[in-house]
Amino acid sequence: MEHMISLFVRSIFVDNMIFAFFLGMCSYLAVSKNVKTAFGLGVAVTFVLLVTVPADYALQMYVLGPNALVEGVDLTFLAFILFIAVIAGIVQLVEMVVERFSPSLYAALGIFLPLIAVNCAIMGASLFMQQRVQMDPETSTQAISCVGDAIAYALGSGIGWLLAIVGLAAIREKMAYTDVPKPLQGLGITFITVGLMAMAFMCFSGLNI
Amino acid sequence: MSKLFSNENKAVFSNPLNLNNPIAVQVLGICSALAVTSQLEPAIVMGLSVTIITAFSNVIISLIRKTIPNRIRIIVQLVVVAALVTIVAQILKAFAYDVSVQLSVYVGLIITNCILMGRLEAFAMQNGPWESFLDGIGNGLGYALILVIVGFIRELLGFGTLLGFQIVPDCVYNAGYMNNGMMTMPAMSLIIVGCVIWAHRSINKEEK
Repeated sequence: MEHMISLFVRSIFVDNMIFAFFLGMCSYLAVSKNVKTAFGLGVAVTFVLLVTVPADYALQMYVLGPNALVEGVDLTFLAFILFIAVIAGIVQLVEMVVERFSPSLYAALGIFLPLIAVNCAIMGASLFMQQRVQMDPETSTQAISCVGDAIAYALGSGIGWLLAIVGLAAIREKMAYTDVPKPLQGLGITFITVGLMAMAFMCFSGLNI
Repeated sequence: MSKLFSNENKAVFSNPLNLNNPIAVQVLGICSALAVTSQLEPAIVMGLSVTIITAFSNVIISLIRKTIPNRIRIIVQLVVVAALVTIVAQILKAFAYDVSVQLSVYVGLIITNCILMGRLEAFAMQNGPWESFLDGIGNGLGYALILVIVGFIRELLGFGTLLGFQIVPDCVYNAGYMNNGMMTMPAMSLIIVGCVIWAHRSINKEEK
């Protein structure tokens, strides 16, 4: 349990998807123009992470890993194709649910909802999970050794992403009133803002839990 | 031959290098661009891998574009890309193990690189294989170009080396020069890309 909490907190602040690994940047930069839409996308990403990472964990444990399916067979090289198939299927499901229950959010997210399937944060979390499965749970604070760990990691990564996108959206809303040099407007200044935010988040890297 | 290298095709190839650069203008494929550029070598390897994968996935999708049912095209594209990425990842593991360890998950993340899906959707679904090939190479190189610029700046200022060779001479260090540790941090790559975009936009505006 202690390990799960530590994993959860670390994945929000220290191993933040955006600020430490730059995962999910495309939609992060494109959908962070106002807080409400950003929050919606953040929740959708968190939800998709929460479903896909444990599913991919099961896949890794019972199908892909060394000696998992058949003794002496290592199918790890199939991971890319299987993970992306799981993600694409689940995103389709989320899309249908959002369309049914919140048409306004569906309209606001637009093309970026189906694009969660190619959001690097989702695929990245699954691939990091695959790396962390091989770590030794006794010595490493990052190891994932049971399905509870996988869920804690997924939830933490999702909330970290949500925090990052809502923070950037809030800054960009205020930035609309500032006088930025013409060629730097839009994308350029957003990048520099994210850089400064990442620097702020660097101070968490010494955190010991 | 003249048809293969007509002006239109040249434009398809050269536009993404500058005017329509995937990173600076289309804002595609940012994630990997930032993460792999702390040194020059992984940046070059990553740029080449993406170029090859973009080119060949463009060709394959363009060849089968008339047979793909519209509703499941995303899945088909993903499977083609994932298969190509798997091949490239295995080749890297076999022939360039050190670099593949350095790139870690970012090789796998080429699958979710928006440049690939963006080009497949926007170009390969409507155009023939040869144009798609050129478009893929052009976009891949445009992407590689930015990666190399950022990798160059970060390795030179952060480590004083290029491709592992020392560039900044010892006498400069003795005179009190120090490597900028900040450059090796992830946060700096964001700021450098921001500055590259700034420079790119101000130059192109002058041309117009």
